[in-house]
Amino acid sequence: MKLTLKIWRQKDAKSTGKFVTYSLDNISPNCSFLEMLDIFNEQQISQDKDPVVFDHDCREGICGMCSLYINGRPHGPDDAVTACQLHMRKFSDGDTITIEPWRAKPFPVIKDLMVDRTAFDKIIQEGGYISVNTGGAAEANNILVSKVNAELAMDAAACIGCGACVAACKNASAMLFVSAKISQFALLPQGQIEAKERVKKMVKTMDELGFGNCTNTYACEAECPKLISRSNIARLNREFMCAKVI
Amino acid sequence: MSELNSKIPAGPLSSKWTQYKNHQNLVNPNNKRKLDIIVVGTGLAGASAAASLGEMGFNVKIFCYQDSPRRAHSIAAQGGINAAKNYPNDGDSIYRLFYDTIKGGDYRAREANVYRLAEVSNAIIDQCVAQGVPFAREYGGSLENRSFGGAQVSRTFFARGQTGQQLLLGAYSALSRQIKLGTVKMFNRHEMMDVVIVEGKARGIIARDLISGKLERHFGHAVVVASGGYANVFYLSTNAMGSNASAIWQIFKKGAFFANPCFTQIHPTCIPVHGDYQSKLTLMSESLRNDGRIWVPKKKEDAEANRHGKLKANDIPEDARDYFLERRYPAFGNLVPRDVASRAAKERCDAGYGVGETGLAVFLDFKESIGRLGRHVIEERYGNLFQMYEKIVDENPYENPMMIYPAVHYTMGGIWVDYELMTSITGLFAAGEANFSDHGANRLGASALMQGLADGYFVLPYTLQNYLAGEIKVPRMSTGKAEFVEAQKNVQLRLEKLMAIKGKHTVDHFHKELGKIMWENVGMGRTEARLKKAIELIRKLRAEFWKEVKIPGTLNELNVELEKANRVADFMEMGELIALDALNRNESCGGHFREEYQTDEGECLRNDQDYKYVAAWEYKGEGNFQLHKESLVYEETEVKQRVYK
Repeated sequence: MKLTLKIWRQKDAKSTGKFVTYSLDNISPNCSFLEMLDIFNEQQISQDKDPVVFDHDCREGICGMCSLYINGRPHGPDDAVTACQLHMRKFSDGDTITIEPWRAKPFPVIKDLMVDRTAFDKIIQEGGYISVNTGGAAEANNILVSKVNAELAMDAAACIGCGACVAACKNASAMLFVSAKISQFALLPQGQIEAKERVKKMVKTMDELGFGNCTNTYACEAECPKLISRSNIARLNREFMCAKVI
Repeated sequence: MSELNSKIPAGPLSSKWTQYKNHQNLVNPNNKRKLDIIVVGTGLAGASAAASLGEMGFNVKIFCYQDSPRRAHSIAAQGGINAAKNYPNDGDSIYRLFYDTIKGGDYRAREANVYRLAEVSNAIIDQCVAQGVPFAREYGGSLENRSFGGAQVSRTFFARGQTGQQLLLGAYSALSRQIKLGTVKMFNRHEMMDVVIVEGKARGIIARDLISGKLERHFGHAVVVASGGYANVFYLSTNAMGSNASAIWQIFKKGAFFANPCFTQIHPTCIPVHGDYQSKLTLMSESLRNDGRIWVPKKKEDAEANRHGKLKANDIPEDARDYFLERRYPAFGNLVPRDVASRAAKERCDAGYGVGETGLAVFLDFKESIGRLGRHVIEERYGNLFQMYEKIVDENPYENPMMIYPAVHYTMGGIWVDYELMTSITGLFAAGEANFSDHGANRLGASALMQGLADGYFVLPYTLQNYLAGEIKVPRMSTGKAEFVEAQKNVQLRLEKLMAIKGKHTVDHFHKELGKIMWENVGMGRTEARLKKAIELIRKLRAEFWKEVKIPGTLNELNVELEKANRVADFMEMGELIALDALNRNESCGGHFREEYQTDEGECLRNDQDYKYVAAWEYKGEGNFQLHKESLVYEETEVKQRVYK
C-alpha cells in the first residue's frame, strides 16, 4: 500500500504544533496501524529525521496506552478496537490518513501524538476504590453478589482508561470514564458504604480538572473500544443526585 | 563454588511461614514514618506491595515507565488466578495446590516458598473480593471456579478473559488510595537506571524522567524491584513493547544473583508471525485446546501448496491430515502441557509441514466440535477470542481453521531471592515475575497472578518489615552522598556513550537480530552446538551494536529511541547469560529442552543426580559469569518423572 500521512507534530507542551505531510510506501495490509508507524519511524531515523512520538505498550487492546485520533475518530475507523488492534486492511491503497493526538484541555500534549492523561489517575485517587486495607478482608464467599450484577459490574469495569471517550466528546467530558468506575462499585455490595462520598468527590474532581459536562450526544459510547454503555452515565447521574439530595 | 543461604525457617513445611511471622521483628508506627521504601514497577507485585506498605505507615516511592500505574503488563493476563479455597468441594487443599505447583515446575522450585504461596492464596481472593474485583459468580451469588492446566481440581477464579486487568485495577485502586493519603508518591514515566549501594546495602536508585530526560537520585532504606520478566530478549513475545529487563540486569551487575535464566516459557497457542515488520505476538488462551484439534498436512506438497496460497485448509481431505498431538500423545491428545505442545508444533514445521504464508504455523481446527456441539456453543465459550483472531488475521475461524504457533510468554527464571524475597544484595528485594522462586522450570496456568499478589500483599509486608526493624537508627541519607553522585555519573556516561555512537542501524534492527538468534538457538529445542553458536553470535552482535547503533535526538529530552537502546543494550548481555545457563544445564526439564537429553519417546529427561539445584549466576564483568548452586531439597514431595501419554 502507498499512503499519505498527515501527522500532528509538536515539539513539546509549550510549542505550537502543526500538521506535516509524509508519504509512505510498501505497507502490507496485514500490518497493524502501530506497526505502520514503526515502519514510518524507521524510515525517519534512517533519513536523519525526527521519529514521531506516540504512546503504546501492550499492543493487544488492554493496557489503554495507545491514544491516536485517526481520520477524525479516536482509535480510527474500526469499531470496538484500540489503535493497536487496528489493521491497515481497513484502509485503501493511496489513502491519506490524518493522525492527531487526543484533543482535550485536561489532556495536554507532551510531544507529537503523546498526551498527559494523569487527570484520569487523579479522579481515581479521589475515590475510585473501596477503602480496605490488606489483610483485613473477610472470607470471600461471605459477600454474595448476584450473577446479573456481577456481570454488569464487569461490563463497567472493562474500561481501559484510554480516554477515547473524552477525545470523542465535543465537551471533553469524562462522564463515561467516571461512570464506569462509579457503576462498578454501585452494583456491588462492597461498594455501598462509601458510595455517596465517592460519587461526590469523583465528580467534583472531574469538574475541577476541566472536563466538560455531558450533553447526551453519546459519541463516547460510539467510540469506546470496550463498548462501555452510556447507561452507566445514567447510573452516575442517579448516584450523584441521591448523594446530593438524600 | 559457594552454597547460597536461602534462609528457610526451621520446622515442618506447613508451619514455617507461621513460625516466621510469629518471630519476625516489627517496626513501631512512629518509626515506620521515618523509613522510606522504593518500589520499581506497578504491576501486580509492585502495586500491591506499595499499597500495603503505605497502609502500614512506611513512606513509599513507586516508579513506572508507563503514563499510568494501571498500564503495567499484568493487565494483559487472561485466564485466571489459582487459590486453594476448595469451593467446588472437589478435594482441593493447600497441600494439593503446593504439590501441583512443584510438580508442574518439574521439581526445580523451592518447596518452602511454594508452600507459602499456596498458603496465602486464599487470602488473595478474600482481599480482591473486598476491593470490588468483579469475579465470575454462580447464580446463588457465590464465586465461580473453572479448571486449568496441570490440576485435577477446579481452583481458578476469573473475571471473564480479563482476570489480570481486574486484579491489577484492584491493586491500582488500593495504590491510588494511598497516593491520595500521601503515604505513596507516584513517579510515572520514570525508568530505573541503576541501584545505589551504600556500605553494602541498597539505599536508593537513579531514575530517568522520560519526559525531561533528566536523571534523578532517590533514597530509600530498602528497594523492591518488581519490574517483570525478560521475555522481550526474544524481541517477539506476548509481553508489552516496553517490558524490559534493565532494572533486573542493573541489579545483577551490582551483585544480585540471577537464577535459572534458561527457564523460559513458550506458549503453544499464539497468532503466528506474519511479516518482518511484526512487533509483538498475541496469545490465544490455552482453553481453546479443549475443543480445537491441532493438525498439519500429512504430505509435504500439500503444506507447500498451502504456503503458496494454492490449497486451502478446508480442501485438504481428512485422510491427508496429521493430528500430530493425538498421534504422538494418545492419552492427553490436544491437551498435553504447554511445553510438550509447543515442541511438537515446532518439530512439524521444522520438518517442512508448516502452513500459512511463512510455513511457521499449524492449524487449530474447530470443525469437529462445531459439528458435535453446534456453533452457538463454541461461540459462547470462545466468542471473544474468535473475534480477536478475526480482527488480527482477517479470517473467520468458525469457517476456516485457526493458524497458531508457539511464542515466548513468561520467564520462570529471575533474580535469586531468599525466603524473605531479599536478593543477594542486602536491603534489595525482588518480587513477582522479576524473581525466580516459585515456578521452577515451568509455570502452570493461573499461577503468575497468584504469585505476583502473594509477594506484594502477603509476603513483602512481613519480610520487609523484618529487615527494616534493623534500620530504624539509619537516618534518611542525602542524595548528595558520594555513592549517589557516582551512580548517577555512571548512568550519564553510559547514556552519553550510546548517544555518541551515531552508527548506521536503528535500535529495532539490533533487537530483531538478537531475537532471531535467541529464537533459533535458545528457543524451544536447544543443543550444545546451537547454544555455543548463539553465544558467539550474540557477542558479535553486541560488539556491532556498540559501534553501529543510531539514536536520533539528544539526551535531555523525551527520546524514545534512547530508552529502547538502553534496554536493548541490556538484552544483548542477558541473551548470552540465558544461553550459558542452558548450556550448563545438561538435562531437560519443563520449558528447558535440550535435545540431547530426551527419553525414547521425546520427553524431557531430567538429571536429578547432577542438576537438582538452582543455578544462581554472579556477574564478574561483561560476558563473565560465575555459577553458584543452591541445592533443592524435597522433604515433602517425591521427585518423579512427568508422563503425559
